[in-house]
Amino acid sequence: MNIESLKTNSIVVFQRVKFLERIGKLWYKFSRNKLSVVGLILVLLVVFSAILAPWIVPYPQHAGAFVDFDNGFSPPSGRYLFGTDAFGRDVLSRIIFAFRGALLMPVVVLGIAVPIGVFLGMFAGYFKNTRIDTLIMRMTDIFLGLPPLILALAIASVLEPNMTNSMIAVTMVYWPWYCRLTYGMASSVHNEYFVIASELTGASRFHILFREMLPNCLSPVFTKMALDVGWVILLSASLSFVGLGEQPPTPALGQMVSDGSKYLPEQWWVAIFPALAIVLVILGFNLLGDGIRDMLEIRSD
Amino acid sequence: MKLGPFILRRIFLSLFVLFGLSILIFLLARVVPGDPARMALGPRAPQEVVDQYREEMHLNESIPVQYYYWIKGIIAGDFGKSLMSRRAVIDDIKEYFPATMELVIFAGVLMAVFAIALGSLAARYKDTLVDGLIRLGAYFGIAIPSFVLAVIFVLIFGYFWPVLPVFGRLSYNVVAPPTITGLLTLDSILTGNWAAFWDAIKHLILPVTALAIAGIAQEARITRASMVENLHKDFLAAERGYGIPERKVIFKYLLKPSLIPTVSVMGLDLAGMIGNAFLVELIFGWPGISRYGIMVMLRKDLNAISAVVILFGAVFVLMNILVDIIVAYLDPRIRMGNVRGT
Repeated sequence: MNIESLKTNSIVVFQRVKFLERIGKLWYKFSRNKLSVVGLILVLLVVFSAILAPWIVPYPQHAGAFVDFDNGFSPPSGRYLFGTDAFGRDVLSRIIFAFRGALLMPVVVLGIAVPIGVFLGMFAGYFKNTRIDTLIMRMTDIFLGLPPLILALAIASVLEPNMTNSMIAVTMVYWPWYCRLTYGMASSVHNEYFVIASELTGASRFHILFREMLPNCLSPVFTKMALDVGWVILLSASLSFVGLGEQPPTPALGQMVSDGSKYLPEQWWVAIFPALAIVLVILGFNLLGDGIRDMLEIRSD
Repeated sequence: MKLGPFILRRIFLSLFVLFGLSILIFLLARVVPGDPARMALGPRAPQEVVDQYREEMHLNESIPVQYYYWIKGIIAGDFGKSLMSRRAVIDDIKEYFPATMELVIFAGVLMAVFAIALGSLAARYKDTLVDGLIRLGAYFGIAIPSFVLAVIFVLIFGYFWPVLPVFGRLSYNVVAPPTITGLLTLDSILTGNWAAFWDAIKHLILPVTALAIAGIAQEARITRASMVENLHKDFLAAERGYGIPERKVIFKYLLKPSLIPTVSVMGLDLAGMIGNAFLVELIFGWPGISRYGIMVMLRKDLNAISAVVILFGAVFVLMNILVDIIVAYLDPRIRMGNVRGT
């Protein structure tokens, strides 16, 4: 073994140790609050059961237009852990399949709303006190001038009721928050020396916006994203509760609760188990979000 | 006191937001596929009638001209006719709005009182069992959607333990007070109808609780965090040094400055609350404007949808102005004219 390879090896080892150390530090910050770990476990459970749904649920075919009236309204038992609904479909299987839609929602909504909001916010912040700033930010004000659920309901109700349109509705609710957040960050970063310096060296506008300013605006955006996942799920569950989300026979959590509440109290399991599932999913994401915030932010307690 | 210009500026901005909102709603209502005249008159109306209706409603004009006629009507209080109730939307609003106001006012007061009480308790007994229980409760309170809570309430109090009514505003066997303000509790006090008053209160308890829980949890957390942050400030040490009892230090001198973040976020929680009222009213059969709103939304009754949305925009704007005034009262930096963000 020559001395050169030993050198590179030790550098690699050193870098790996440093990397592990950083991960360890982040994990320490995250796991200091035991509730964050509980949240992480809940979220992992939900995510994996949603991905593996067709293979792990007891009755995969019950997630669609399946009818077995002989077993309608079976109470929870060894055969149907959470009982069955009016059509004899296993509630547990339907809940796990409904997780898929519930998880897809924040992925798509935040995946679209955050880039739009961040981009517009950066733009407005960079062109502060110009017409672009006024136009973008006053538009944001208008969208924020209505309570989120009412805006989402209004948009979803004029469109056809389905999953895609409920995603559009929730996305329209969320972009202004990110726009405003990034705007605040961008307009304060805008006057920092490193931005002025790159302006003076003749860097392009694109370079300044995306290479200089953007990286310095992102940390609060990520924190807000982590905290917003639970809210997006809640908002979409509310839409699906009034019938403006995923349409039957495809299961959605809010829709299952509203459907099942017709059969209270005798067949309580049809509504109560999906309701508990909503609470657990949102609780999990909220706890996880808090943990991520603690991990990313330096806060004095 | 420089509060005047500050509030004037807020009102001006709010008017602008409402104007923008009206454009947004108008455009949304035009996105709907289909002929509005045909939708209003039904599929069996003869073509001449439909054409005449189009003419009357200015539906043949360009979009900006249509908007002009529409907004002119709205400013005069004319929102058009509702397809669902087959009468002027403004009459529907007059009938249903007070019920929602009553719900929201009670829920708002409940939210503020309990949030501040629980938050300051948790801060006072930081890192004890009390604190732990309140914080754990807050996590669940935030995670439970109000419609889930409402369904659970209906299950418990509607069937297993029927001590509270779960439907409507008044029992059938109670004589309703004459309508003065539309708020049943207030009307029954004004007319001295105590039976109706207690019945109305009983009907309010469950929907109000379902609406307020999320806000209570959220605000209690913020109050606690803000109080804990201020707990070791110098001015408190000074007061303790003067021998002022700890209880008074906490609940008098610490609480007031610590409430600034609580009240600032209150606008958001009130927004969540009036949004959730849409679902809670539906579940409790509460004859309010929110339930009406959901019903017209599910029927695509565009005139009524626009009216409800604009109405709630106005309510929300007013709430935010109110919140700003309270924050200004609590925060001398704003009251003395050092307005934030300018």
